[in-house]
Amino acid sequence: MDFDLILRVYPFFLEAAVVTIQLSILTTILGLTCGALGAAARMSRSVILRTIGATYVSLFRGTPALIQLFILYFGGPQIGIQLDAFDAGVIGLGVNIGAYMTETMRGAIQSVDKGQAEAARTLGMSRWETMRKVVLPQAMRMMIRPLGVNINALIKGTALVAAISVIELTYTAQRYIGSTYKPFEMFLLSGALYMIIIYVVGQGIAWLDRKARIV
Amino acid sequence: MGLDFSVVPSYFGVLLQGMGWTIAITIGAGLLSFFGGIIFAVAALYGHWVIRLPMRLFAWLFMGTPLLLQLFLIYFGLIQVGIDLPAFVAGVIGLGLHFAVYNSELIQASILAVDKGQYEGARTLGLSRGQTVRRIIIPQAVRAVIPPMGNNMIALLKDSALVSVIGVMELTLAAQQAISRTYRPFEFYLAAAFCYYFINLALEAGLRRVERRIAASR
Repeated sequence: MDFDLILRVYPFFLEAAVVTIQLSILTTILGLTCGALGAAARMSRSVILRTIGATYVSLFRGTPALIQLFILYFGGPQIGIQLDAFDAGVIGLGVNIGAYMTETMRGAIQSVDKGQAEAARTLGMSRWETMRKVVLPQAMRMMIRPLGVNINALIKGTALVAAISVIELTYTAQRYIGSTYKPFEMFLLSGALYMIIIYVVGQGIAWLDRKARIV
Repeated sequence: MGLDFSVVPSYFGVLLQGMGWTIAITIGAGLLSFFGGIIFAVAALYGHWVIRLPMRLFAWLFMGTPLLLQLFLIYFGLIQVGIDLPAFVAGVIGLGLHFAVYNSELIQASILAVDKGQYEGARTLGLSRGQTVRRIIIPQAVRAVIPPMGNNMIALLKDSALVSVIGVMELTLAAQQAISRTYRPFEFYLAAAFCYYFINLALEAGLRRVERRIAASR
């Protein structure tokens, strides 16, 4: 184990970790947005919206995220979408994880006891009011943990953008493995940073989950 | 530069070959992750602490870091210690170990959920500790987690695209080869996505059949 080397290169890894964190945050925001829209579409009364929602989930969960990223980044210019690598990474990964979050959110909403919605409707609330005031507040509590699982996967998934040369943690590790021939040191250094990020996010989600519990 | 899908059919053979390799990797890594998962789970629950502690550390590292990073470690790490494996083998080992760790977590929870009476009953009938675990506990525990392990298989299929980055010739790299000759990334990546989707549907249908058979044999 070459500790001198680790001490020499770690500032570059810290810089790269910041990029990984930025990617993770932006991807989470986009993913949650896509997930909410997707879940709304999948549970809508309109057949067209339901079909769009189901197709979105099926296509994006049925193909590799890496391929989706490549279509957007390398294929995009052919249809007039020219993005720099970082933006393509955020959009590609965000829309991808959004498909998983769609199912997470839909699952949580549908797990709320049917009697709750029926009772609210009987009391004269509209469909929208029932969703907003009765169903969603209960569903929100139940989706924190599973969304946390999605976010954990997303943070590790940001490594994919190394394949389109975004200078984040995995790309940096790969570059230094290539130039120093010290794969174990570079793995431990970048791995430790990933695990710190995931640990902190995990603690945050556990805290949110505790706060949201009624009992 | 607009879209022109007319070049795709002439590379049909290349893509098909890539598909074959993707299926081979998925099956190889899938088997490794299945049996590796069982071995890891048994070692983690019943092993001596000399085995148990490094196992925990290993599982913790593999679940907390990206697969792509692990593939780099395995591919370049093995070269560094003098084991120069073909990229294909390194890819199968990397993917297989990664998912073995996830399968092991499922199996461990399932082993702990097997009724204690099963263990006690088997021991009373004269089976040794090892026999009880091997013949009574494991079959029940593994059967119960076939559906979630099936989901891991589907994730494995999609993540097999990552091994293209360490130079394994599979579907994604096949598409890249076609692209490097035709400069048509959109068309060929879309074609590759279609192929993945197709394999995915077939795999899902297969898993549903397996699940039905398990449910019937209960």
